[in-house]
Amino acid sequence: MDTPNTQPIIEIQNVSMCFNLASEKHESLKEYFLAMIQGRLHYDEFYALKNVSLNIMPGDFYGLVGLNGSGKSTLLKTIAGVYKPTRGRVVVRGTIAPLIELGAGFDMDLTARENIYLNGTVLGFSPKYLDEKFDEIVEFSELQNFLDVPLKNYSSGMVARIGFAIATITKPQILIADEVLSVGDFLFQQKCEKRMQELMAGGTTVILVSHSIEQIERMCSKVAWLSHGHLKMNGDTETVCDAYKATQRGEA
Amino acid sequence: MWRYRYLLYNLVSRDFKLKYRRSVLGVVWSVLNPLLMCLVYWAVFSSLMDMRGSGIDNFPVFLMCGQLLFNFFNEATSTSMSSIISAAPLLKKVYIPKYIFPLEKCCFAMVNCVFSFVALLLVMIFTGSPFHLTVIQAIYPLATLFFFSLGVSLFLAAGTVFFRDIQHIWSVFVTALLYFSAIFYDPAQMTFSIGGFNMQQVISINPIYWYITGFRRTVMWGEALRPGMILVCGLCAIVSMVVGALVFRRTQDRFVLHI
Repeated sequence: MDTPNTQPIIEIQNVSMCFNLASEKHESLKEYFLAMIQGRLHYDEFYALKNVSLNIMPGDFYGLVGLNGSGKSTLLKTIAGVYKPTRGRVVVRGTIAPLIELGAGFDMDLTARENIYLNGTVLGFSPKYLDEKFDEIVEFSELQNFLDVPLKNYSSGMVARIGFAIATITKPQILIADEVLSVGDFLFQQKCEKRMQELMAGGTTVILVSHSIEQIERMCSKVAWLSHGHLKMNGDTETVCDAYKATQRGEA
Repeated sequence: MWRYRYLLYNLVSRDFKLKYRRSVLGVVWSVLNPLLMCLVYWAVFSSLMDMRGSGIDNFPVFLMCGQLLFNFFNEATSTSMSSIISAAPLLKKVYIPKYIFPLEKCCFAMVNCVFSFVALLLVMIFTGSPFHLTVIQAIYPLATLFFFSLGVSLFLAAGTVFFRDIQHIWSVFVTALLYFSAIFYDPAQMTFSIGGFNMQQVISINPIYWYITGFRRTVMWGEALRPGMILVCGLCAIVSMVVGALVFRRTQDRFVLHI
């Protein structure tokens, strides 16, 4: 991290992600062998990402826009290491805090207190570190009175609060946020935005997916526009957002 | 691997908490359950089927040694098998090394197994069985059984992601295996043959039989492990681990597309 301005923190090189949209998914051996014998073992290939290349520099606040099914989430997941790209390469130089659907990895039968520790270790924190930060997490999520209630009794907004609080407790080098701010009331949304801007001021690179173009315009420094798996446009916020909004109006 | 040790610990403790949440006796069940299970087996095999006459010394302890180890293998493999599929919500959103889930289930099964040794201890005291120093050596068959089971679990967990049938086949297979593991009989007395195969030979190709026998030797009979036994136990564990890990590694990148 000595030369932060010369090397991209995330390099996405010609990434393609192909899903086998098997017309029938062979989940049993019998089906599989029957299909094999009958020569029906073909798949409909579907490219969620086609030859996408993108460099993200340290300190960028990148927004991803695009319609549903354009490959935004898939791109985030390849960056997070959940998907391994079919072709191409993703190089990540830093620690990632994924905020892909808040509360991923929460066990609904456990209490909030237990989940903070479980989810914290999922993200790679040590229990000792979590002990230190515990109060801070609770304070941020404002759920002091519900700590020993199983998560299944929580509202989705409450779950999201805890998830956001845990993921941002440390100062990650990269924060990936997938429409996380659409849950929770506006007060909490403001709080999250503030937190993300604080992190950014501290040098964290943020990648944000949102359907709220206003939010993207307000927060991001650069925007990439995905359309049907292609990178349609990539550049500073104003240019891309204007073009994106123009097509939206055209289609509507 | 080292980085995720806390996660491993937390997952095991989660399973443990959830297993006994809202039960009055809680952890006591870990001891009580194997005790009661063995009581049932003991009652069935010593009275109904009259196997006590077949000349096994200290039948309750003999039975329990076999039963506990077999239970471990069964629990470890059966729970690991579906572990990847049930971790789908997590695996689809965060990067975690995938082997952690089968590994966690095997560790949890081992924790349960260790708890059930309290039950074994109680039975040994109750039946006035002698205690031997060779019990220290019992760690070897246990440790090798753990790795043997882990290898099988990795293989099954990977396979189940692609073919859910394996779950159903495996439960039948384990039931069959139970009868070939010399849990409630002495293999020396199995002098008949089935389908042209000598029964004793059939039993001796079953790795579980070797682990159980090794365990019984050290805990029950006070005899040291024979070199042949050490070799068989170790070799089975190594082969299982190598095959399991290879299959798992080669397929793990595609898991997330199938769960």
